[in-house]
Amino acid sequence: MSVFEIKNARKSFGDLEVLKDISVSVEKGEIVSIIGPSGSGKSTFLRCATMLERLDGGTLTYSGHTVAEDKDGKAVYLKNNELRKYYSEFGLVFQNFNLFPHYNVMKNITDPLLTSKKATPKEAEEIGKKLLEKMGLSDKADYYPCQLSGGQQQRVSIARALAMNSNILFFDEPTSALDPELTGDILRVIKSLAAEKMTMVIVTHEIEFARSVSDRVIFMSDGVIVEEGAPDDVILNPKNERTKAFLKKFEEI
Amino acid sequence: MSFATMLKELLTGLATSFGIFALTLLFSLPLGLVVAFGRMSKNKIISAITQVYISIMRGTPLMLQLLVVFYGPYYMFGISLHPTYRFISVIIGFSLNYAAYFAEIYRGGIESIPKGQYEAAQVLCYTKSQCFGKIILPQVIKRITPAVTNEVITLIKDTSLAFTLSIPEMFTNAKAIAAAEKSMVAFVAAGIFYYIFNLVVATVMRKIEKSMEYYN
Repeated sequence: MSVFEIKNARKSFGDLEVLKDISVSVEKGEIVSIIGPSGSGKSTFLRCATMLERLDGGTLTYSGHTVAEDKDGKAVYLKNNELRKYYSEFGLVFQNFNLFPHYNVMKNITDPLLTSKKATPKEAEEIGKKLLEKMGLSDKADYYPCQLSGGQQQRVSIARALAMNSNILFFDEPTSALDPELTGDILRVIKSLAAEKMTMVIVTHEIEFARSVSDRVIFMSDGVIVEEGAPDDVILNPKNERTKAFLKKFEEI
Repeated sequence: MSFATMLKELLTGLATSFGIFALTLLFSLPLGLVVAFGRMSKNKIISAITQVYISIMRGTPLMLQLLVVFYGPYYMFGISLHPTYRFISVIIGFSLNYAAYFAEIYRGGIESIPKGQYEAAQVLCYTKSQCFGKIILPQVIKRITPAVTNEVITLIKDTSLAFTLSIPEMFTNAKAIAAAEKSMVAFVAAGIFYYIFNLVVATVMRKIEKSMEYYN
């Protein structure tokens, strides 16, 4: 059974068709990277996958639970109070972290657990400590986000997402807002999660990273999946002209 | 009149001024939040009504509004009200007026919070009210405190408008003493009291601001 499945996804903003019939299914333990030029619909895809945007048409399923069903070409979502239960199915790491600035590092991780997971303060604190240690940030528990570097903030946001213990983790260009010398930190963290067989979908511009970490790479352009397959096939031997043109731009740099 | 009697008269007035000040804040700060929500409502009718309300409250003199609240029930509906209504109408008038100003300050603050904060809260399974109470509102309060301080300081001075309805607050009393004594002393003393009142409030507000400076 797939952990995440989106079928025949369609989404428009006004007259602009951003997603045109996209279907993606992710199995437990699988790591899927999505690459493509800006404006290709990658981010919209991720926002629809995490219910920050609603599909116009298509179905959306988490671990066999269908939250949006296609009825006559229109996506029909569960009622809001039903839908809420499924927000815990996935985690999302944002491009610009979106940490809560008024909470210190520890509270950023523990407050969601206390608020929505009904964890006891002791449990939450333990989870927080363990994850901060994993992220190499044990000494920063009392710091506020504004006192941290971008790379550290992103690691806190990954810890915050991990704490929710979801079945699948989505990453929206997790290194795009970082200085180049800090991207390595984040990529290493994601690699360590990959080693633990965490199910992940990563939208990224780091082509080489996508190749090394993923089980499958999806190349998106103009709202459709142009090519997908094993990383070496898609990135080293692309078949489609658009994929070739996109990857060539990276080689030129 | 001895200097001591005058001071006593003024300080009694000051107590009333403070009452108007405190009660107005007590009612207008929460009411402003309700008005701000109305103003930002997706329901066009609610949003339009609150916009008109804010526009009238900000577009007409507070003194006029006080007179309307006090005399309105009698002249418009023929209702005679208990003498205590004089003070109540001052509180109603001030609260309605200040709520409009606070509403716009709240709205500015709420709209300045990045969308990402709501999205992060949603993904982390906060309900809408948990998100607003725990994530958004604390950040809004930090952002709007300087603007609220401005309004609060203005309010202290505006309490003197209660003299329009002959409420025995400090300015009303000062005016009476000055007329009876044919002297400026009462005005000067009242001015000093207003200034000290303001200084205390400004210091408290600055403390509140400081207490939120641990993050940005």
